[in-house]
Amino acid sequence: MTPQREKRGSELIARYPDRRSALIPFLQFCQEEDGYVTDQAIADAAELVRLTPAEVESVASFYSLLFRHPVGGHVIQVCRTLACMLRGADELQAHIKQRLGVGHLETTPDGMFTYEEVECLAACDRAPCLQHNLEFVYDVTPQSFDALLEQWRAQPRPASPMPAE
Amino acid sequence: MADFEPVLTKGFGSLDLTDLAVYRKTGGFEALTKAMRDMTPEAVVNEVSASNLRGRGGAGFPTGKKWSFLPKDGRPRYLVCNSDEAEPGTFKDHMLLENAPFNLIEGLVLAAYAINAKRIFIYIRGEFLQGYRIFSKALADARAAGFVGHDILGSGYSVEIVAHRGAGAYICGEETAQLNSLEGKRGEPRLKPPFPANAGLYGMPTVVNNVETLMYVPHIITRGAQWFASIGPEKSPGPKVISVSGHVVKPGNYEIPLGITVRELIDGYAGGLRPGRTVKAVQPGGGSSAAIFAEDLDCGIDFESLAAKKTMLGSGAVVVMDDTACMVRSAVTLNRFYEHESCGQCTPCREGGQWVHRMVARLEAGEGSEQDLRILGTINRTITGTNLCALGDSIMPFLQSVMTRFPDEFKAHVTQAGCPLRLRKESAA
Repeated sequence: MTPQREKRGSELIARYPDRRSALIPFLQFCQEEDGYVTDQAIADAAELVRLTPAEVESVASFYSLLFRHPVGGHVIQVCRTLACMLRGADELQAHIKQRLGVGHLETTPDGMFTYEEVECLAACDRAPCLQHNLEFVYDVTPQSFDALLEQWRAQPRPASPMPAE
Repeated sequence: MADFEPVLTKGFGSLDLTDLAVYRKTGGFEALTKAMRDMTPEAVVNEVSASNLRGRGGAGFPTGKKWSFLPKDGRPRYLVCNSDEAEPGTFKDHMLLENAPFNLIEGLVLAAYAINAKRIFIYIRGEFLQGYRIFSKALADARAAGFVGHDILGSGYSVEIVAHRGAGAYICGEETAQLNSLEGKRGEPRLKPPFPANAGLYGMPTVVNNVETLMYVPHIITRGAQWFASIGPEKSPGPKVISVSGHVVKPGNYEIPLGITVRELIDGYAGGLRPGRTVKAVQPGGGSSAAIFAEDLDCGIDFESLAAKKTMLGSGAVVVMDDTACMVRSAVTLNRFYEHESCGQCTPCREGGQWVHRMVARLEAGEGSEQDLRILGTINRTITGTNLCALGDSIMPFLQSVMTRFPDEFKAHVTQAGCPLRLRKESAA
């Protein structure tokens, strides 16, 4: 384990009465560092909370915001549930997929963008909505998406696609 | 309605309530100061019980009662604040967390004091990164000012708050799944009993309360139980933040006195429908609630009135569908949701949710059959009430309600091999 991870691991453990509670926050920290949850992160987490790597895998695979495979520098998660659908999410999704040339849970060949259709993001009053690297974007139209896409393209390496804090 | 003044959302849009000084100017932390100086924990519980505050997260359980269930056996106790808002159509806690973190912190400390907890965990939905950051900053400010931490305001009472981010799973809004998730496990609901009051977080007595519920507590302490109980219907008193979305002109969060009608909410608050449109269906309590229809718009928005219509207030998420909305398409999005979010422990929810979604999606694609309609009409009894938690019970209510109310629309998807609304639109174009 790197010294940074060890340090972060001890800080997280100190927050809880039981060390296992640090597991998910620790995986989030590793994901912020590496862009996704690597095999090394699974091993480090297992060592930290004293579980087997298989048990850590089982937990990690349960949660939709923990990626076990590399994702793009820009993760675009578009809401697909009822309230957004009523206000044009279907058309928006079709537009984004066409612009990026990838489908649900796919990453562009240049590794820049990962596209995912996700469930209700709790922003139904500003539908359709999406998250870009966990930041909300509200009232998205195909036109406003295109403008954002230009900005994101100009920034090939954001700090992390999945910030932990 | 005219003389009702918002409580939690007062000042939103004009005041920066994420600034401690601004929050204090609006009377913030007066309730905590009063409780720390003059009230025993029992007095806080009694005040909240007398207000008849009911949980704002979905189940509507009386908050004071929940607080008085904990066994007095000397074990450590925990307060968990459920900020894992993910019920389709619900976006109130998202707004409250980002706009009024100090009101929440004050409610957290009061509730923890009432139940004599020394540690509070707030479980914040993973997608609410911004809310987490705002809350964490407010927590640091509140701690520096002596409202959280050791010996609060010289009372001898100490409590710590830990903000914990979720990692993406609707089911973690279910309280026992949330406890498992906080313990670093898969978010699978637990078999009840034992209830969290007896064996909750780390097996200790635990209270789980929703964000909005806890935010009303300081106001009840400052203004008194009678003030709260006098707003709205006797059995569902108080204000409530209702999230209105879908086909209305002004979607948004509106804090209302419970008991106003659905019509008043849509027309008086949410700007009504788009010109020339009529109400087709309304989901009054989130994705898990059965729909009500044009003939039900005079129904009151409160726990009892909606239960009488065989639906529920739930989390207070009102999704409005006008006459352009296809009921099959609407059901597909919700049934896909429940398929995706099932934790997989219980067969009726895991398999049933998957098959229901497949059948409804087939109908929408114009590939459904009469047999699909027959099965969808009878499958409810094998799915509902047969699972550990309420997620499985949420698969059928909306679908069943719209299939009963609009049988011809469902049938037409089979006989016309697709959506009649879409086919009509395409032939007109």
